[in-house]
Amino acid sequence: MDTQIEPRTAGGEEIHTEEIMVNMGPQHPSTHGVLRAVLTLDGERITGVDCDIGYLHRCFEKVSEKLTYPQIIPYTDRADYLGGMTNELAFVLTVEQALGIEVPRRAQFIRVIMSELQRIHSHLIWFGTFGLDLGATTPFLYSFRDREVISDFFEEVSGARMMYNYMRVGGVRNDITAAWVEKVREFLRRFPAYLQEYDDLLTGNPILKARTRGIGRIDAATAIAYGASGPVLRASGVAYDLRKNDPYLVYDELSFEVATATEGDVLARYRVRLKEMRESARLVQQALEGLPEGDFLGKAPRIIKLPPGHYYGHVEGPRGEVGCYIVSDGDRRPYRLHWRAPSFVHLQLLPIMAKGHFMGDMVAIIGSIDIVMGEVDR
Amino acid sequence: MALALAAPALAGGNLYTRAQQLFLDLGLPPWIFAILVAAVKVALILVFILLNVLFLIWLERKLGGHLQNRLGPVYTGPFGLLQTVADALKVLVKEDVIPAAADRWAFIVAPFIAFVPALMIWLVVPFGPGLQARDLSIGVLYVAALSGLIIPSLLTAGWSSGSKWSLLGAFRAGAQLISYEVPLLLAQLAVVVWAGSLSLNDIVRAQQQGTWFILLQPVGFIVYLIAAIAELNRTPFDLPEAESELVAGFNTEYSGFRFAIFFLTEYANLLTSSAIAATLFLGGWSGPWLPPFVWFLLKTYVFVFIAMWVRFTLPRLRVDQLMNFAWKLLLPVALLNVVVTGAIVAL
Repeated sequence: MDTQIEPRTAGGEEIHTEEIMVNMGPQHPSTHGVLRAVLTLDGERITGVDCDIGYLHRCFEKVSEKLTYPQIIPYTDRADYLGGMTNELAFVLTVEQALGIEVPRRAQFIRVIMSELQRIHSHLIWFGTFGLDLGATTPFLYSFRDREVISDFFEEVSGARMMYNYMRVGGVRNDITAAWVEKVREFLRRFPAYLQEYDDLLTGNPILKARTRGIGRIDAATAIAYGASGPVLRASGVAYDLRKNDPYLVYDELSFEVATATEGDVLARYRVRLKEMRESARLVQQALEGLPEGDFLGKAPRIIKLPPGHYYGHVEGPRGEVGCYIVSDGDRRPYRLHWRAPSFVHLQLLPIMAKGHFMGDMVAIIGSIDIVMGEVDR
Repeated sequence: MALALAAPALAGGNLYTRAQQLFLDLGLPPWIFAILVAAVKVALILVFILLNVLFLIWLERKLGGHLQNRLGPVYTGPFGLLQTVADALKVLVKEDVIPAAADRWAFIVAPFIAFVPALMIWLVVPFGPGLQARDLSIGVLYVAALSGLIIPSLLTAGWSSGSKWSLLGAFRAGAQLISYEVPLLLAQLAVVVWAGSLSLNDIVRAQQQGTWFILLQPVGFIVYLIAAIAELNRTPFDLPEAESELVAGFNTEYSGFRFAIFFLTEYANLLTSSAIAATLFLGGWSGPWLPPFVWFLLKTYVFVFIAMWVRFTLPRLRVDQLMNFAWKLLLPVALLNVVVTGAIVAL
């Protein structure tokens, strides 16, 4: 340990204190799955964090080498299991780029709708669990009430509430119906009231502010140096959003703001995510209004073979930049597939964020970077 | 309820004197009668606490459910009322696990060090006029002394469990409970100064003649409320067992019967704090129309409701904030309150 503990004295004699080492996880209520963080504590203060990962490793990348491209789609769902739609999108976009396939406009709009609903869906889970991390049990129940509705939407179009297998090379699997669109509209009408409820319940709370302000601070330079993206980067004052900086689908035709904050602390990340939910709701609204008639699945070769080469595609997932890197040797299967998982990148920031803070801050920080262990371990 | 029916007779009514006479007529020494009466009182208080704790746990879950957009327990019995009974039975038949790393005897004894004082406090709680096991002249002091006994219990539990989470939880519990005991006592002290007596019964009578102390001591009441919630380890002060940080704090290694005892103590203490609050600030059993015992219960449950409501609304404080709050805000306010109260009474 490179941190020195101040010697304590009582009656002129120095008291010998020792650091204790605590295993936080892999079974711990607030490590969001199976993260094992080895903490070194001086009393309640954290002097060192060492993350041990791999408890959820499922060989996603290796397995992909034995699968044809369409077969890989359901596997991408399971990387970040709270961002299935955006994961699938990152994969199919990469394949479409490699093949030069034109996707019908209706399919592009449907993909935007699904991506943004997915973002709201994922941020709602984050909101609830973040509340739980801070000891507030009620926000969790409220955010899950609203998340249920979105799960129902996904179930109706894809048959699944989490692992959708909905995106296809060239479009999407099923079309959306007028009734479905009406239901989503109805949800969006109520959604501002829900957000207001969250604000009333948690955002304005002085305890929340005291717990989160100035905690786990990351400046813009460090965030960029570590390759942070998504809300973690934007909360440090960098307005980097792939939907704006490298527009895909029809995002350049829709109007939305990139939520940013400058403080770079837990509270800033909290604010950014809440704002993103509002913006995502706006995006869904616009996409529903502009939804054109037409095909939902374009023409794609029956047997997909990528020409030899390297391909990289990325989208803005709920947690940050979800990237898919494919090396092809011209076969029906990728020679190598690498998955850029934002949680994995952000987890490396954890020791920097947590050092010097209290044990209780640790859970707030883990909550604020919104890790999904499925994505970290893959 | 059993207490409400039987106790007036025991504590001074005709039945008491008649039974005493009967014993003397039989030629038995009076101490046998005294022991018998004491045993009956203990049994009644025990039944009262256990029934209330059963109800409290159900209430917490039901209330929490409704506050959280859920239903709470519904299946076992009417309105899920028997849920706690079912849970208690389940916990009692569980395997008794003592971790290999535990300090065996300390681990076994710890829950009872907390449980026994929690029961003993009820000796001085006035349920109604004359409905009191014993009217100690130092009632408030007695309550404070016994409620302080939970600290060694939690420290023992945390230390003896042989788990770091337990130990951290115990450290937190020790620091927190000692800190909040100070403003808690000062808030009670202001009431004592006003009433001019340490006896809980006298405090109730003082309020019966005058007005409730919540009106005369609003600051003291708020300090008491906050400090009592902290003493009970409830959200937003539930750091000793903060499940998202310390797994379950000092409870981590406890299971089955011993865990049940800790759980029981926790709710018994909630009931105790509420009863003391009702006695000190809301006029205890005094009130119109309804029988005194019903008033006592109603007022007690006002505090129980507030504590539960707060629990399901607020997030948790952090260790340093908790300490700062106690020493830098709550303590000066409580001290000032005592000084002002003393000045007013002296004038």
